[in-house]
Amino acid sequence: MSEPSTRGVPIELRKVTKAFPGGRAPAVQELDLTIAAGEIVVLVGPSGCGKTTTMRMINRLIEPTSGDILIDGRSSRDIDPDRLRRHIGYVIQQAGLFPHMTVASNIAQVPKLLGWDRRRIAERVDELLTLVGLEPSTFRDTFPRRLSGGQQQRVGVARALAADPPVLLMDEPFGALDPISRQRLQDELLRLQDDLSKTIVFVTHDIDEALKLGDHIAIMQRPGHIVQYARPAEILTNPADAYVEEFLGAGSSMRLLSLTKVGDIELDQVPYAAEDADAREVLAEMERDGRGYALVLDGMRRPLRWVTTAHLKGREGPVGTTGDEISGSIGRRKTLQDALEELLNADTDIVPVTGRHQAYEGALSLATVQNAIQSIKARERERRMLRLGREEGG
Amino acid sequence: MSLSTAAAERETIPEPRIGRSWHVVLPPLCYLAVAAAMIAYTQMVPLDGIERGSLNLPFVLRRTWEHIRLVFFSTVLVLAVALPLGIVLTRPGLRRVTPYALALANLGQAIPAVGMVVLLAVLFRIGFWTAVAALFAYSLLPTLRNTMVGLEQVDPRLVDAGRGIGMSAVGVLAKVELPMAVPVILSGVRTTLVLNVGTAGIAAFIGAGGLGDLITAGVSTQRNLVLITGCVLIAVLALILDWLGGLAQRLLSPKGLS
Repeated sequence: MSEPSTRGVPIELRKVTKAFPGGRAPAVQELDLTIAAGEIVVLVGPSGCGKTTTMRMINRLIEPTSGDILIDGRSSRDIDPDRLRRHIGYVIQQAGLFPHMTVASNIAQVPKLLGWDRRRIAERVDELLTLVGLEPSTFRDTFPRRLSGGQQQRVGVARALAADPPVLLMDEPFGALDPISRQRLQDELLRLQDDLSKTIVFVTHDIDEALKLGDHIAIMQRPGHIVQYARPAEILTNPADAYVEEFLGAGSSMRLLSLTKVGDIELDQVPYAAEDADAREVLAEMERDGRGYALVLDGMRRPLRWVTTAHLKGREGPVGTTGDEISGSIGRRKTLQDALEELLNADTDIVPVTGRHQAYEGALSLATVQNAIQSIKARERERRMLRLGREEGG
Repeated sequence: MSLSTAAAERETIPEPRIGRSWHVVLPPLCYLAVAAAMIAYTQMVPLDGIERGSLNLPFVLRRTWEHIRLVFFSTVLVLAVALPLGIVLTRPGLRRVTPYALALANLGQAIPAVGMVVLLAVLFRIGFWTAVAALFAYSLLPTLRNTMVGLEQVDPRLVDAGRGIGMSAVGVLAKVELPMAVPVILSGVRTTLVLNVGTAGIAAFIGAGGLGDLITAGVSTQRNLVLITGCVLIAVLALILDWLGGLAQRLLSPKGLS
């Protein structure tokens, strides 16, 4: 990238209320929400819960009836709404691309409003298209109608990022996509966010999307208030009330699996050896370990074979090529859910886990996964007790 | 970083070519040929004195020119009023008065054209501008209504997207709403044009000239050739202007819509 991108800034909503004329109850009621810089915060809830209204008040597409919204410490009331919005990326469902403008022209709108010169805009457009995974020379001059839904949404994200805003608002951006494109775009959003660290406010009614994307999740309830604002793991392990529980539905442990990365839990350690290691020494180590098997690694520490005491008994010299080839391995960046799938399909009860360059890092068995989930739950419970204690004390 | 994995999810299909070849100009050439044949015929057959008075070339050309002027000025007037009015009436704050404005425009078209011309002539005076005013009142509706419909049918999400990325209300109107509405607006203008060509024939009743002169003269003197010549020339003019309107619609409509 040519220029370092602008990092996210904190956003704070203070007692924000929105009452629409003619509406019975206010759409949003005295809402307090603090969003840390560089986080993805997902507003999630059923339709009519005020999540979109809340989001649209941040860029003043809807003016709050009362209360204050601070963006990087500045009240949004003090900034001209049009200027404010040029520095807040905005992505909506089905992208909202202008159909009569080319892809490049769509992306160029905000830089044009900001008065960038042509060359800088053209460079920026190509850079953004590459960033969102679209080949500039192919897509620059096409019209949105010619793109698939997923491609349109990529352009939508590129347009929102055009002027490198610190804040991004996304209103059900992937809602209209098929499940495969949707999942792919979610993954890419997370990967982009790793690099960009924008502050992203994301609205969805899909709790799984919220759990996957959110650093924090605000679960909202009609009319217009937040029931629980917490990290995904905490929401899963400690839903604030029956409403949240109902909204989460069944399968919170399964969801916890999909939230946790293999590399984040404590792995099994098994005896391992290189091919040229002395068989008798390896056998001795296996007996010390007690499980009766070991992993054979190649010169780059990549797992090759499992050997058991039966393989090595009475063998002289190096371990060599004896043993059973491993049926697969699990990358440390995989989620526990994927790992579980691998485990269930594997020929062995235990599967090696690999890190960078497929090098051995540990091993995983069903028991390891179970222990991990239990310890996560215990940790969350402990955190909650601590916080409750603090709240009572202070 | 680059995520080129999904870059070529689907190859883009090339834009369809807009037909710009010679057969685009075929229809107007045919229309002109018909008009030329009609005029040539009237110049060759033996005519009596009354017919000669109405069918000599300078007279016919002058009447045609008057007709074109009537259509031109009334259409320009319609554009000058209907476009701004249509824009204003579709702005959120003014939606309340929209039904009344449309009722008024409907009234203009509901009154029989002849009645309107005569009424205006009685109220004001006989002549070219009175005829233009009558044509204006009569043909305002299609352009006005299409301007409004064209603007209203723009996907509200596009307006939202425009405002959301920091365009001003005027910016969204100029860059998003109006371009998107162009095809519908132009089809309204086209209707106005054709309507004006036909109705301008009535201008002859209040001495505003035009090809209607040939028709009224043909009727009152029972000279069918004069009557038919007037009709044919008006029809040809209407067809040519409609073709021009179609051409404008095609050239001015934003690419990427259909």
